[in-house]
Amino acid sequence: MSELKHYFAPTNLDQAVECLKDGDVTILAGGTDLTPQSQAGRVKIKQTLMNIRHVSELAGITLEGDEIRIGALTTITEIMNNALVKQHLPVLVEACDQFASDQIRNAATIGGNICNASPAGDTLIPLLVLDASVELASMPEAELYRHSMPLSTFFIGPGKTRRSLCELVTCVRIPLPPENHVARFHKLGTRPALDISKISIGIAGTLKEGILSNVRVAFGAVAPTPVRAPRTEKALEGQRLDEATIAKVANVAKDEVKPIDDVRASAWYRKEMIHNITRRLLSHVAQT
Amino acid sequence: MSLKHDIEFTLNGIKRQVSVDVTMNALAMLRDVIGLTGTKYGCGEGECGACTIQVDGVSLNSCLMFAVDCDGRNVTTIEGLANDTTADALRDAFVEHGAVQCGFCTPGMIMQADHMVKSECCNDTDSIKRGIEGNLCRCTGYKKIVDAIAAVSGAQT
Repeated sequence: MSELKHYFAPTNLDQAVECLKDGDVTILAGGTDLTPQSQAGRVKIKQTLMNIRHVSELAGITLEGDEIRIGALTTITEIMNNALVKQHLPVLVEACDQFASDQIRNAATIGGNICNASPAGDTLIPLLVLDASVELASMPEAELYRHSMPLSTFFIGPGKTRRSLCELVTCVRIPLPPENHVARFHKLGTRPALDISKISIGIAGTLKEGILSNVRVAFGAVAPTPVRAPRTEKALEGQRLDEATIAKVANVAKDEVKPIDDVRASAWYRKEMIHNITRRLLSHVAQT
Repeated sequence: MSLKHDIEFTLNGIKRQVSVDVTMNALAMLRDVIGLTGTKYGCGEGECGACTIQVDGVSLNSCLMFAVDCDGRNVTTIEGLANDTTADALRDAFVEHGAVQCGFCTPGMIMQADHMVKSECCNDTDSIKRGIEGNLCRCTGYKKIVDAIAAVSGAQT
């Protein structure tokens, strides 16, 4: 890999994706991860460092049809304080509220959290259960080309995504939740602030007369990427949330995850907590 | 040789032009290039908040920011709050409540508290505690700091 030779701060999207054409580019957004990682030598900055801060198309939160569009440069604080998000996506606000510290929330961006692809990324679990999709822009020929993919297929490993080196994440789109939508998030850590999850859980669905349908379940920090949990979802789909169902589903969840031992928690503890917190969240949902 | 880039930004109300290493963080620029040493280096990874500054009206960790990213922006450090009414009140309250012991966390703590008081987000003790989650103090046990901020923000303790 070549040495850092250029610094570039594009002011529009065309310039930004054109710069990505040769692929040897490190993208700088909020910088809360790239700065310490590069200073410590854990991440090597490529031939070009591109600061996308001044690309205005990447900012802001808007309602587009029946989707909420959150620009990739939107900070965690901006998401938490946004009226649209507060009204329609309270589970995302909850996760943002547990994100790092005020100083980091003020700088860190949602696009950065997505592209970092940490198995424990705080916003990723609510985004997964909200059926979010990511939009990518590139310039294969002379024209700007955009395409979207579901966030659930975006992650392929720790720090690895299906974004090619020539692509830029421009925004995340979240469908407006239907009526009777419920969503819960829980992050388990040692302390509330500045902690990386031992595990995190998101559960969402439509709750009508005690029955949960269109179920989405996602787990953080139990696999190489944030993951949806299809077996747990299947066990919940169309079920009445009584005690027996909740107990059964908590066991399915525990069996479904294959976490590892690491410095934050043992695999055994993670499985136990997936069980207990799945049960707790479902009990909360049952009481709504 | 490391890559340099020229940036221009407003620092404590005054336009500055600086040539910085592209890989340098904002903290190193403030302390080592510009010579404003009020902003402290604690952990270098965003855990301790000793390097808190304000950029475009919000608080952030200068160790988690590229110096080149200051280009075109409005940066305030602890030195820039020397004649600020809110910060003056905070400084007096910190002294009065014994919220300064070794003093190393104090500039970052004041920067964060100033941002909190100005954005009116500290109505009670709990919100003050949440607000300073990103600032470590190893001396006071925090109570005196929380009391000092509450005295300025008018929060009930």
